[in-house]
Amino acid sequence: MSAVLDHHDAHAHDHDHHHAPTGWRRWVYATNHKDIGTLYLIFSFVMFLFGGVLALGIRAELFQPGLQVVNPELFNQFTTMHGLIMVFGAIMPAFVGFANWMIPLQIGASDMAFARMNNFSFWLMVPAAIILAASFFMPGGAPAAGWTLYAPLTLQMGPSMDAAIFALHILGASSIMGAINIIVTILNMRAPGMTLMKMPMFCWTWLITAYLLIAVIPVLAGAITMTLTDRHFGTAFFNPAGGGDPVMYQHIFWFFGHPEVYILILPAFGIVSQIIPAFSRKKLFGYTSMVYATASIAILSFIVWAHHMYTTGMPVTGQLFFMYATMLIAVPTGVKVFNWIATMWKGSMTFETPMLWAVGFIFVFTMGGFTGLILSMAPLDQQLHDTYYVVAHFHYTMVAGSLFALFGGFYYWAPKWSGVMYSEVRGKIHFWLSLIFFNITFFPQHFLGLAGMPRRYADYPMQFADFNMISSIGAFGFGLMQVYFLLFVVLPVMRGRGEKAPQKPWEAAEGLEWEVPSPAPHHTYETPPKLDASATRVIG
Amino acid sequence: VDSLPGGPQRNGLNFQPPASRMAEELHSLHWFMLALCAVIFVLVFGVMFYSILKHRKAAGHKAQELPEPLWVELGWTIVPLLIVIGMALPATRLVVAQKDTTNADLTIKVTGMQWKWGYDYIKGEGEGISVLQTLDPEHRRIADEGARGVKLDDYLLKVDNPLVVPVGKKVRVITTATDVIHAWMVPAFGIKQDAIPGFVRDNWFRAEKTGDYYGQCAELCGKEHAFMPIHVRVVTQEEYSAWVKEQLEIMAAKADDPNKVWTLTDLVARGASVYAANCAVCHQANGQGSGPFKPLDGSAIVTAQDHTEFLQIMLNGKGAMPAWRQLSDTELAAVMTYAKNSWSNNTERLIQPAEVMAAR
Amino acid sequence: MSAATQGTTPYYFVPGLSRHPFMSAFGLFFVILGAGQWVNGSAWAPYSVAFGLIWWLVVLYQWFRDAIVESEGGLYGRKIDISYRWSMTWFIFSEVMFFGAFFTALWWARAHSVPTLGNSEHALLWPDFQAVWPSVMAGMTASPAGIVEPFQTMGPFWLPTINTALLLTSGVTLTIAHHAIQDGNRSKTIAFMWLTVLLGFVFLCVQGYEYYHAYTDLNLRLDSGVYGSTFFMLTGFHGFHVFVGMIMLLVITLRLQKGHFTKERHFGFEGAAWYWHFVDVVWLGLYVVVYWM
Ligand code: HEA
Ligand code: HEA
Ligand code: CUA
Ligand SMILES: [Cu+2]
Repeated sequence: MSAVLDHHDAHAHDHDHHHAPTGWRRWVYATNHKDIGTLYLIFSFVMFLFGGVLALGIRAELFQPGLQVVNPELFNQFTTMHGLIMVFGAIMPAFVGFANWMIPLQIGASDMAFARMNNFSFWLMVPAAIILAASFFMPGGAPAAGWTLYAPLTLQMGPSMDAAIFALHILGASSIMGAINIIVTILNMRAPGMTLMKMPMFCWTWLITAYLLIAVIPVLAGAITMTLTDRHFGTAFFNPAGGGDPVMYQHIFWFFGHPEVYILILPAFGIVSQIIPAFSRKKLFGYTSMVYATASIAILSFIVWAHHMYTTGMPVTGQLFFMYATMLIAVPTGVKVFNWIATMWKGSMTFETPMLWAVGFIFVFTMGGFTGLILSMAPLDQQLHDTYYVVAHFHYTMVAGSLFALFGGFYYWAPKWSGVMYSEVRGKIHFWLSLIFFNITFFPQHFLGLAGMPRRYADYPMQFADFNMISSIGAFGFGLMQVYFLLFVVLPVMRGRGEKAPQKPWEAAEGLEWEVPSPAPHHTYETPPKLDASATRVIG
Repeated sequence: VDSLPGGPQRNGLNFQPPASRMAEELHSLHWFMLALCAVIFVLVFGVMFYSILKHRKAAGHKAQELPEPLWVELGWTIVPLLIVIGMALPATRLVVAQKDTTNADLTIKVTGMQWKWGYDYIKGEGEGISVLQTLDPEHRRIADEGARGVKLDDYLLKVDNPLVVPVGKKVRVITTATDVIHAWMVPAFGIKQDAIPGFVRDNWFRAEKTGDYYGQCAELCGKEHAFMPIHVRVVTQEEYSAWVKEQLEIMAAKADDPNKVWTLTDLVARGASVYAANCAVCHQANGQGSGPFKPLDGSAIVTAQDHTEFLQIMLNGKGAMPAWRQLSDTELAAVMTYAKNSWSNNTERLIQPAEVMAAR
Repeated sequence: MSAATQGTTPYYFVPGLSRHPFMSAFGLFFVILGAGQWVNGSAWAPYSVAFGLIWWLVVLYQWFRDAIVESEGGLYGRKIDISYRWSMTWFIFSEVMFFGAFFTALWWARAHSVPTLGNSEHALLWPDFQAVWPSVMAGMTASPAGIVEPFQTMGPFWLPTINTALLLTSGVTLTIAHHAIQDGNRSKTIAFMWLTVLLGFVFLCVQGYEYYHAYTDLNLRLDSGVYGSTFFMLTGFHGFHVFVGMIMLLVITLRLQKGHFTKERHFGFEGAAWYWHFVDVVWLGLYVVVYWM
């Protein structure tokens, strides 16, 4: 630890940014990866609450058959904006926040490779979020074509559609710059001795995620640009009357969209791969195969997109190709699950809150994976496509997957960020009640989907009433738990209330982030640390 | 509320009761998958929870690093691979069967429209029949009022005109749409097919039992997406033949002569019902529109002396406004005349069917 | 900051607080706010876009100025050089994927949607439609509904071929400039850089004329069905990239005149050159699939 602090004086150059800047400038003009990470995390949580309130609007309307709360137009706006905001505003930025905080710490770098561009990535999201939120007040209301923005329904939307398109462009630019920053940081700024194959799993998963981002976000930009010109400049990309094809939109969108869902899950895998070994008091089992599995998932993700389009009427060969390719993804994902369990096997486990989230993640995410496998079977998808079964599937992967891992990561690293321990009791309450309410919300949706309830429905036949009611009750419970998390866990931690956190609060946690004090000083590893052979400890 | 035969089951836990071989096959494929997944799930998490119980620090267990022999890693790559292949085999057979639309006895073109279904019998017995299927407006009204205290087994599934098909016959459905993408789904038959504007797609079903079967639109198509149900009535061959005969007679009797010259009052009266059935969802009964849907009351295009632009928009659509070519010349003339002479529009202008016919 | 700091290059320079990122985002807010409304005909929107763009460009100017000062002040070590190389590489990769979307659109329209719309099944909807790609047979519009006014397609001769020659030549002159800088021959570098920029500029003029010709003589427009859509979007985005690349080269040239860059260290130069070559390669793709096929 002292080694780290000593570097301070050893510095020759004359910049004054060594002492944490104060006041609003510290945040608005930030170049420090930790500050920017914090900004990202706060932003994403605000967006999560916003998206969550929209979800509660959806669930309130679906509480009973009949339209009581919103009209169908507004309902579709809620669904669309809920999806867009959760995916682009909440989960993706949250992972970028983790990347900002942890990657430089984990690889022994002084900061992100491009500190100013890093802040640019962050501040670009704010205008986009403002415009997305403002779209509710534009004539005709917010976009209501689903988060997938299928043509030609998008052509019928009001001006808010264009606002959303530009907002997405900006968010995309932000993501691409963020991804470039992350890749370059990892490739170029590792401390000597931190070889790629010694790097913590979280860095590995982010490296691959960043690659996916750079590969697919521009494709989304292309798709929505064509939507824009079709809407206003008379192009006919998606208009059959002029020789175009609405299904082409879907191909281009899902070429982005499917890798996108792995963008949402790979960093989650990374976080879980950090937590499980720490609380099993063992090394991660099968590190190498974990890396290969992650890479395989990423590569396969480029050739499965049309499993979202089985009912558009592809030829047999297309159906079969995409079905086989999709099913293959179960194999590398399985490798990950087995490695985690093997890490736990013969360990010496304790179950502090981060570990609870991680184990909860494995358990519930796997259910989402299995329903994914069932959806991937083209013939079954003919029954299940666009029903609540799909909604259940992706909330099992994105809420019980991405979000749970984010919570786990928060509990795991918050002591390092803030210097105080969260309340273990409250963390456990948050976990258990979230887990229970999550399942109350989304498990019944499998039944709804199997029984034939289509998604994006503002109203439904009365036979579906009971499960919808259960689901709505669960959703409010789940939402309440997140408010509890904010008020009773996050705020105290941010205010520094709580037991002082030791440098390494977890007995068996490994990695360079635990080699600096808690809270992590504003500047760390300004000159590269000397690492031991395993690249997990600083020795000089 | 009780289960609706041929439609959703009350608190149903699985697919709706199958009424076709394909739906049965899907049913068993789903059970097969469920069983396999359950077994894997129990095995995998059995191990995990065993470990959680036994290898916890509180139970005094000391951490032991495990060797990482290659066979373990290979094993848990290859075994899942084999399982997945085992799952893919039955699925492959069904994909091929689902896509085989040859040798159909009857071909029906299904057109998705905001927000109703059009059916044209284009080949086989009944050729020439056209049916338009819309949700019972009463149900739509109940929905708007919050459906409090209402108990209807066929809530949101009741339509004016069911699609009638004979039992045991292979029916090929050709889907298309006029405005945005819809999807034609009937769970009991195990069929769901997107209806894409400008393109046709095909699929098929063969109902094994007579009765009424229900489905709903399964692709987000705008605000009334939840309100465009599907009702298929499967009847015996004799009943079907009788139905076809009856339909053809009705159609012959009902066909409007597009060259008939109408009076203003008659045309407005006819237009009122066309308006209520087609236009009021967006433009509202009072013609004021809402959101992106433009008001007709006081609209310059509607009231103009020159009908060209109005006709153009009715026939080809514009922006959020879909094309209405599927309406007959008389219906279009009526509804346009209605718009020109309702609310504060008092133009006394009228459009005759012949003018619409010429504009097509 | 000048040569004095030379020799004390930090291990990895991390800039201190900077207002540029926030200010850039602030400007872009007005750009997207206005753009979304402009396409819907709002009267104030163009001002919003103009204000935002100017604001943003001013900020960008300051931002780059700071970076150049840092670079020339010797704050950028070997590591930062590598970072810039990686970042440029990945940025270009993202651009490749962006163009990929539009190339895919062209391929899909040509190989899939138009033929499908004209096949026997689709005679149900478009009984009179003949699925022939416009560049294959004169007079075709590839529009099933016949909503597209007749137009002529843009063949490879002569404008696009001239443009190909221009771009290829510019690649050569750029390479000569690169060799010159490596040899430390600054005046030759500058001369060839100006030549490259000029070639880029002429390319843009020719393309501008080509568009004019398309609109006035060929009746080939952005709304000429899917042919016009893909033609103008692909060539238009490419042209925009040429414009951006030209600005990059121009800035580099001006910097060279100011005495920036050395024999050994001139990544700014190389980054702009990579970009230019990328734009070149995209053009060759366009030249083949848009004009020849
Ligand atoms: C984090 C996000 C995430 C993740 C990780 C996944 C993972 C998977 N998804 Fe999911 N998916 C979504 C998010 C995600 N999905 C979203 C958002 C949608 C809807 C989009 C929309 O329409 O709005 C969707 C929709 C979707 C569909 C389309 C459904 C439809 O619209 O009709 C399909 C179909 O194939 C599918 C399949 C899969 C598969 C096979 C996986 C696999 O990766 C899962 C692999 C995991 C396992 C299988 C479990 C662990 C494995 C083992 C324990 C090994 C042993 C197992 C076996 C041998 C079987 N998904
Ligand atoms: C990672 C992304 C993510 C996350 C985290 C969530 C979280 C939730 N989602 Fe969402 N969802 C999507 C991504 C996500 N969703 C996507 C992509 C779609 C598809 C959209 C489309 O079809 O286009 C979708 C669609 C979707 C639907 C289907 C809508 C439809 O088809 O019409 C439903 C319905 O139940 C739903 C519910 C929920 C609920 C209850 C939560 C909960 O987990 C939310 C919990 C959070 C809160 C509730 C906020 C905290 C509470 C407050 C701020 C205070 C108020 C609280 C109380 C008073 C209790 N989601
Ligand atoms: Cu039609 Cu949904
Ligand atoms: Cu997918």
